[in-house]
Amino acid sequence: MIKDQEYLEQKSSFCLDLAKKFGASDASVIVSNSISETVNFRNQKLDESNRSDNLAIGITTYIGKKKSSISSSNLLDDNLKILIKKCVETTKNTPEDEFNSLPDKDLLAKETKNLNLYDDTHIKNDIKIEYLTRLEAEASKEKKIINTESSFTEDKSNFILANSDGFCKGYKTSSFTASSVTVAKDDKSMERDYEYTSKCHLKDIMNAEELGKISSEQTIKKLSPKKIGSDKIPIIFDKRIAKGILSTFASAISSSAISRGTSFLKDKINQKIFSNGLNIFDKPDILKGLGSKSFDSEGVKTETLRLVEDGVLKNYLIDTYNGKKLNLKSNGRCGGTSNLYFDNGKISLKDLLNLNSKCLYITETIGHGSNLVTGDYSVGATGFLIENGEFKFPINEITIAGNFKDMFKNITLANDLEFKYSTNSPTMMIEGMVVAGK
Amino acid sequence: MSNFFEKSDLSRNEAENIISDTLQKCDDGELYLENSKSESILLDDNKIKNSSYSSDLGFGLRAISDEIVAYSHSNEISKNSLKQSSENLKETLKSVKGTYNHSIPKSNKKYYENINPIEQKSLNEKIEILNKVNNYLRSTDSNVKQVTANFLGEQKSIEIIRSGGETLTDVRPLIRFNVSVMLEKNGRKETGVYGVGGRQSYDNYLKEDNWKNVCDEALRIASVNLESKPAPAGEMKVVLGPGWPAILIHEAVGHGLEGDFNRKKTSAFHNLMGQKVASEGVTIVDDGTIDNRRGSLTIDDEGTPTEKTVLIENGILKNFMQDRHNARLMKTRSTGSGRRENYRHIVLPRMRNTMMLNGKHTQEEMIKSVDKGIFAVSFGGGQVDITSGKFVFNCTEAYEIINGKIGSPIKGATLIGDGPSILKEVSMVGNDMMLDPGIGTCGKAGQGVPVGVAQPSILINKITVGGTKL
Repeated sequence: MIKDQEYLEQKSSFCLDLAKKFGASDASVIVSNSISETVNFRNQKLDESNRSDNLAIGITTYIGKKKSSISSSNLLDDNLKILIKKCVETTKNTPEDEFNSLPDKDLLAKETKNLNLYDDTHIKNDIKIEYLTRLEAEASKEKKIINTESSFTEDKSNFILANSDGFCKGYKTSSFTASSVTVAKDDKSMERDYEYTSKCHLKDIMNAEELGKISSEQTIKKLSPKKIGSDKIPIIFDKRIAKGILSTFASAISSSAISRGTSFLKDKINQKIFSNGLNIFDKPDILKGLGSKSFDSEGVKTETLRLVEDGVLKNYLIDTYNGKKLNLKSNGRCGGTSNLYFDNGKISLKDLLNLNSKCLYITETIGHGSNLVTGDYSVGATGFLIENGEFKFPINEITIAGNFKDMFKNITLANDLEFKYSTNSPTMMIEGMVVAGK
Repeated sequence: MSNFFEKSDLSRNEAENIISDTLQKCDDGELYLENSKSESILLDDNKIKNSSYSSDLGFGLRAISDEIVAYSHSNEISKNSLKQSSENLKETLKSVKGTYNHSIPKSNKKYYENINPIEQKSLNEKIEILNKVNNYLRSTDSNVKQVTANFLGEQKSIEIIRSGGETLTDVRPLIRFNVSVMLEKNGRKETGVYGVGGRQSYDNYLKEDNWKNVCDEALRIASVNLESKPAPAGEMKVVLGPGWPAILIHEAVGHGLEGDFNRKKTSAFHNLMGQKVASEGVTIVDDGTIDNRRGSLTIDDEGTPTEKTVLIENGILKNFMQDRHNARLMKTRSTGSGRRENYRHIVLPRMRNTMMLNGKHTQEEMIKSVDKGIFAVSFGGGQVDITSGKFVFNCTEAYEIINGKIGSPIKGATLIGDGPSILKEVSMVGNDMMLDPGIGTCGKAGQGVPVGVAQPSILINKITVGGTKL
């Protein structure tokens, strides 16, 4: 069983009291427990089971403007005493930083909203095995599928965040995740693809057969890929890739990148950085939302932010430390975004595919080719050639490259947004990028 | 050495009984105990931004029957917790009938000393060096706009208890020192990053003014990039410099030679054992036995002593890297490659220090032979799709080659190639093999482990460069 609120609160107040006793002027603590149970299948047989029970504690102590932190998975009182003593000692020896402090009291969350993020259902491994059996039976139906792997994970977490200004809140969350990975083969090639579903509540996950079927279909479609020549050509990003571009945008407007001057979006506030009509939201209070939260990792309340309005950058993502440095108030984004999304575009996916006589549809990228300082982007890619709105043949061993500053201004979005992940985008087209191939 | 049972209601004897009881009729398994201590001290934006310390303690109990692996882990080393894990494993392995495999080879060799690097240098000394780094870089070049420098230190103690009470232990030190610098000139910004590390005390890497060399290298890379122009797009010849660019080998062929992907037949190499997979003259080994290296291990995370495993010899595929589980199912032996990030994770076959050995050519010969191509000196990270064999890596320092001469620096670009065929495109192997500076972390199935790479300069006939200039 997952540790209850009472146990976590008792540990957190024990730590805060000790920190004060050893000489800290302020302190904050997070105590968490998560239990996760996974079953893995391979080629329609049980392959692995994994149970994980994680306790963790993180403590930050302040002496005036000096700060240091410790973390541990050993919650025995004796161990915590040694660690907190060490933390306060280290704090004394760490130089001052004028921007170090707990969050402003009036910004702290007053309540924990009921966002319906916890489903108490516990399912035995036998039920997971039954789901995966159905999933893999469907995924293996086609002859070309030579290997299937799938997994089912049930996750339950609980935490308490507390600080010496009296903040003490936390809540339980759960997730149920199933995934399917399939490998297909023909005489020319071997390819792999996947599909997964993840929800806070068990009854909301995709059914097993559908998951297996999508994974298998997507994989078979990739067989016998060709390499194309280098060219400048419109690129359409599948939703699962488009969300990554949105995540890069979020990293570039984090107050830490802005205050350090290491973002290509520094000084762009209130300027047009995206195409006309584009809107980006970060909405923390979506019921059952995968990124939903009542407050950020410092306890600051979170409200919906309109980050981009009609192409214009309106807000950074601000935490306490970097906010003070930039002379801005925290907007509750320590630890990043919540449910981040692009608003729907105006045209259907079909119309988007038909906008150009020839384009590339990208379903997977590999490599870490985003440079946040310069905005340069270059990654390996896999996908399909599209002519007159129709999928012609699969493509691989190419790269796509551009600079985000130009890419953002050449985005056209379809109207097929869905909330499948915590960061979501409709299908996205970007014009003006360069493909390197043969 | 950690005494894991000192403050627990669980005695060593009771633990051994639970292990033997759980693993009866299983083919393999063990109790893995781990206690790690780590520190991180970060200077950024002219200030000490972070000084943190972490201590992590836990166990993982594993039972294997035929192809099925059952694993359970917890932070609480207690009677209750171990029993609960044991029950969880038994629930998965309902009807087992294996034979426990006892044999673990023994070795007395050690590849690093039993030290705790964190305690060997005081916090104040570490802060002082970081401040010196910041001042040195900012006073050396007026274009320096941002400096980040950090120390990471770790000591990890592990103990493996097998059925019948056989016990294996190891204490592993690891440190890393990293510098990142951003320059701004005429409105243009570029960064340079360099670092050093391994399984020794900080002083081995910082003695005299060694930290200055790390700063100089980061600054040099950033300065080169300030002058860079857009990279070309398309297929061309590429000369790779020695040392760290060997992550090409790690991504392109290393992962594809790990035992699990080959047992499952999802690697593009699974049916190529004994066949020619690389040009003549190409020999690649994976070596866990080099003193004090980041990827070295005295024993792996299953207790098997590490070794130098020949993967490809003169172009012929000789061996895969194996942990005990995959080795048993493939009817071969473990190569001491069973590794895990920590007790929260199952063991997988992983790389240690992956190295291409010397050939006979010089770098100069290679560059002279190229009419149009690029010379890649340093890389960021890489990634591979095991199944299709396609791999990428990102250049962080590269130059164009025109008519046999090195030209202007070019902007960071991704290179993409095909793993199984790339080594056949190697047309010259250099005589200047170098180890990387000790900074690599390899990710697989969500687990990061420290690794090393090494290679001499090599010439590749054809690889796709992902630039923007058509």
